[in-house]
Amino acid sequence: MIALLVRDMRLAMRAGGGFGLGLAFFLLVAVLVPLGVGPNSTVLALIAPGILWVGALLACLLSLDRVFALDFEDGSLDLLVTAPIPLEGVVAIKALAHWTVTGLPLTIVAPVLGVLLNLPVDGYVWLVVSLALGTPALSVIGAFGAALTVGLKRGGLLLSLLVLPLYVPTLIFGAEVVKRGAEGMATGTPLALLAAITAGAAALLPFASAAAIRINLR
Amino acid sequence: MDLRVDQLAVARGGVTVLEGVRFALPAGRGLVLRGPNGIGKTTLLRTVAGLQPAVAGSVSVAPDAIAYAAHADGLKATLTVAENLRFWAAVYGTAAVEDALGRMNLAELRDRQAANLSAGQKRRLGLARLLVTGRPIWVLDEPTVSLDTASVQLFGDVVRGHLGAGGSVLIATHIDLGLEADVLELGPFKAIGPRGGGAGGAFDAAFGGDFA
Repeated sequence: MIALLVRDMRLAMRAGGGFGLGLAFFLLVAVLVPLGVGPNSTVLALIAPGILWVGALLACLLSLDRVFALDFEDGSLDLLVTAPIPLEGVVAIKALAHWTVTGLPLTIVAPVLGVLLNLPVDGYVWLVVSLALGTPALSVIGAFGAALTVGLKRGGLLLSLLVLPLYVPTLIFGAEVVKRGAEGMATGTPLALLAAITAGAAALLPFASAAAIRINLR
Repeated sequence: MDLRVDQLAVARGGVTVLEGVRFALPAGRGLVLRGPNGIGKTTLLRTVAGLQPAVAGSVSVAPDAIAYAAHADGLKATLTVAENLRFWAAVYGTAAVEDALGRMNLAELRDRQAANLSAGQKRRLGLARLLVTGRPIWVLDEPTVSLDTASVQLFGDVVRGHLGAGGSVLIATHIDLGLEADVLELGPFKAIGPRGGGAGGAFDAAFGGDFA
């Protein structure tokens, strides 16, 4: 299992692995939005939580079609299915690897980009906390979408359409945590709901994803 | 460590391609599958390996006994030869990487990226994976594609060594590997209608099989 995690992270880091793609996209969103909206600091502070969360979500989406498609194309998915690791574990590890190379870096750079969007001072802690809690759900749900579309050529479009509605609750509660935090209000309720989505997705979706892969490989 | 297949029917894309396949593969033996293109050799091997369900019949084999090698080698282009092999060794919990590299004549290529290997070298690396699985039953689909004569001989020796060590091999190939193996000729399949006792498909289920 650890070998699979190490391999996936190594593949992502090496040339052509796609590491940095999501990060660059996130950076672009955060840089371009203030240019488009204009230098009105009140407006920017108002929309900052939402923009940062939408940016993080779309950055996650960008690399999703690689989660299983590459292994499917070169035949290693077949070999992994026949290997002694349970397929549910393979899915969970691959989602974890995806999070480590996209969600985690996004969480780390988010405060820097918060400056560009004039995020209120109180919001920074909650931005990091909400992304740290919410992005794992994005990876797990994304891995589920990738599993559903694994055999399809150019499945990226279908994958986005399948996954986006499933991302909506995470986005709503994630952005709500930052917004309330920035305004100095209590964040307990949206934070608990965000954590619940992540915990539920991480517990259940690997099984659904494994079943989807088994069917798609037939 | 026997592999026993009884009255197996397999389907590709919802169409039954083989029916009534029966064989037994005891330890130390090889079985060669032969038959024209499209007859269902790959489908049969995938079913035996557990990648797809059988339409009818049964495959009985001890769990975690089969190592499957398909047309695609499952190599990662940006990893080196040794890294590719070490990954599979870790997955299967073995440590036979050096031995496998040596036996498939890959020791000198160990630090080369898989992207820079020739087709035959990639194939050898894909087959070296079988050695690090440590599993007794090898299920091989056209293993000698893109191998030169010397490599075919090398691989034949490896398979013979595996059989000699009490393993067994189910192999779809048209090349003589110099194995003492039984041959199963798969003949052209002519569908039998559900009324005649053949396997029915979704169409028959929907329309009651009146068109058989």
